[in-house]
Amino acid sequence: MFMRGLKRKCFDGEEDIEETLAGIKAIPSYNLQRQSLLDMSLVKLQLCHMLVEPNLCRSVLIANTVRQIQEEMTQDGTWQMINMQNTGQASVDRLVSTDILCRSSREQAEGKHVPGYSTFSKDFEGDQAQDSSETMSTASSVQALRNLQSNVWEMENSQENKGNFQKSLDQIFETLENKSPNSVEDLFSEVDNSYYDLDTMLTGMMSNTKMGHCDGLEPFPSPTTTTSSSNCKSDLNELDHIVEILVES
Amino acid sequence: MVKGAVDDDVAEADIISTVEFNHSGELLATGDKGGRVVIFQQEQENKTQSHSRGEYNVYSTFQSHEPEFDYLKSLEIEEKINKIRWLPQKNAAQFLLSTNDKTIKLWKISERDKRPEGYNLKEEDGRYRDPTTVTTLRVPVFRPMDLMVEASPRRIFANAHTYHINSISINSDYETYLSADDLRINLWHLEITDRSFNIVDIKPANMEELTEVITAAEFHPNSCNTFVYSSSKGTIRLCDMRASALCDRHSKLFEEPEDPSNRSFFSEIISSISDVKFSHSGRYMMTRDYLSVKIWDLNMENRPVETYQVHEYLRSKLCSLYENDCIFDKFECCWNGSDSIVMTGSYNNFFRMFDRNTKRDITLEASRENNKPRTVLKPRKVCASGKRKKDEISVDSLDFNKKILHTAWHPKENIIAVATTNNLYIFQDKMN
Repeated sequence: MFMRGLKRKCFDGEEDIEETLAGIKAIPSYNLQRQSLLDMSLVKLQLCHMLVEPNLCRSVLIANTVRQIQEEMTQDGTWQMINMQNTGQASVDRLVSTDILCRSSREQAEGKHVPGYSTFSKDFEGDQAQDSSETMSTASSVQALRNLQSNVWEMENSQENKGNFQKSLDQIFETLENKSPNSVEDLFSEVDNSYYDLDTMLTGMMSNTKMGHCDGLEPFPSPTTTTSSSNCKSDLNELDHIVEILVES
Repeated sequence: MVKGAVDDDVAEADIISTVEFNHSGELLATGDKGGRVVIFQQEQENKTQSHSRGEYNVYSTFQSHEPEFDYLKSLEIEEKINKIRWLPQKNAAQFLLSTNDKTIKLWKISERDKRPEGYNLKEEDGRYRDPTTVTTLRVPVFRPMDLMVEASPRRIFANAHTYHINSISINSDYETYLSADDLRINLWHLEITDRSFNIVDIKPANMEELTEVITAAEFHPNSCNTFVYSSSKGTIRLCDMRASALCDRHSKLFEEPEDPSNRSFFSEIISSISDVKFSHSGRYMMTRDYLSVKIWDLNMENRPVETYQVHEYLRSKLCSLYENDCIFDKFECCWNGSDSIVMTGSYNNFFRMFDRNTKRDITLEASRENNKPRTVLKPRKVCASGKRKKDEISVDSLDFNKKILHTAWHPKENIIAVATTNNLYIFQDKMN
């Protein structure tokens, strides 16, 4: 049940070749662990936005962890390796902006209220045009890793589970904002959940967090029924409606 | 002694969120998630029962904060009491500050054990008499009545914090106090509610650059110009208010260099300081991060003078603790009256004490099984790996939902208050 704590590898310059060769065999599991940690962190940040008011300290710490992983992935060359294998995905840059987590706090500070997801989506599309030299593409990286190591991975969770998870998230995204959900959908469609039991994790997280506006999210991890999802939709639609009024006035 | 609900169902509102003894130790205040404050009072020592100190019984209960709704941001403001701090007693009444995420309140707790009787124009039940029936005059006199403890809000300090208040600390001048949220620290005068001075502001101009928040702050017990604040990056800054109005530049920065052999993706998270407390002497301060307690000499900034591992066996479980969010739990710590022992909480309802002189430490459990009065608590031990000895508990069977975040030590005697989720345990040392 417990995963091993992650230790950071220190790549010594002199022993580069040897270590890299030996490391290549070790790299897959370290990289995959690191990737799953990154995915987990991103999900945590997303769920932050669903809370009544996100805990700023927690959000900052998670964002720093995400940044750290991103930096390491860019630095230690795995990113380039992934890029080379990436045939059709090069142009698709999904940018993970860590101001996601700061958005709700900043908006609070400025006295505006914008629903967490629509803001995220705006940043998301706005950032696509930015210089991507320092940022990494989560979706394409997962895709690439899968290409590299599809024979090594065991898909523990069935496609159905993954589809349900994706479907639930999509429903939430769709109801929260009116923009085309394609981009956001794509981000999460690539999340591979074979390395940790997302259901357990999310259930655990959900039960610990305070659900402010939408109780319909409670049955979120399990396959969603139409009633619960419609409850969710109607609650979120109401919220959206109220927000529109507030923003327009 | 155990105070609180006997049944196992934890009512959300009853979750204890803060515990604090007053300066004499006679009163013990707890705050809970439902915005209530419950004050316990120690019974006067019974001369015949010299082997035990007085028990703590409920003295006063009042609703300190109510849930609010911020209409502008469309967000709820929790009524949970984050901190309680007592003022030193100046007259017959007691005063304490209690705070939730946004508002600090000064409460006066006073006793009433006499009431005037014998009014001329009023009956005893309060009804007014017909003046024409009054034939004689008398002077009302005070007669004893059953003790009534009243709590009344004397000051409300509101609208000064954009972010969530995590600490309040009363200055040694007993006139001012500070309140700290995630990004700012404000200085207040106890008499003035419509104004506060901002003394620390770490909010970046661009919130996207935010990487560090304030986690705790405290005034020095003796120097009224000195305070410290800790951060989520594991640093403590000591500031002198005489240096400038805005203390953004610290006078001292306490930070221990990272141990490279222990580096992991969780290093920063576990270095985040959850509590900082000055010793009573004012010479040292103690910080609590996720896995350890560190004691710093105020004269030495580059490393702590003592480090105590609270639950090192969790280091290999950090990934799962990150997954279930336990890694973000904020444990508090406290000194005993003579600064010789420090105490902090852990999981599975364990709490730990470290004797700074003998270097011995002990793990105890706050549970109902050893609840009988005057049973001596048995030391517990956690087995990290390998063969588990009898009476040891393995790391994997620890209950991470049973956490002791709040503990307090009587300022003069060896009496401690330990809060589990919704129960308060009060222990005292064995007297011979």
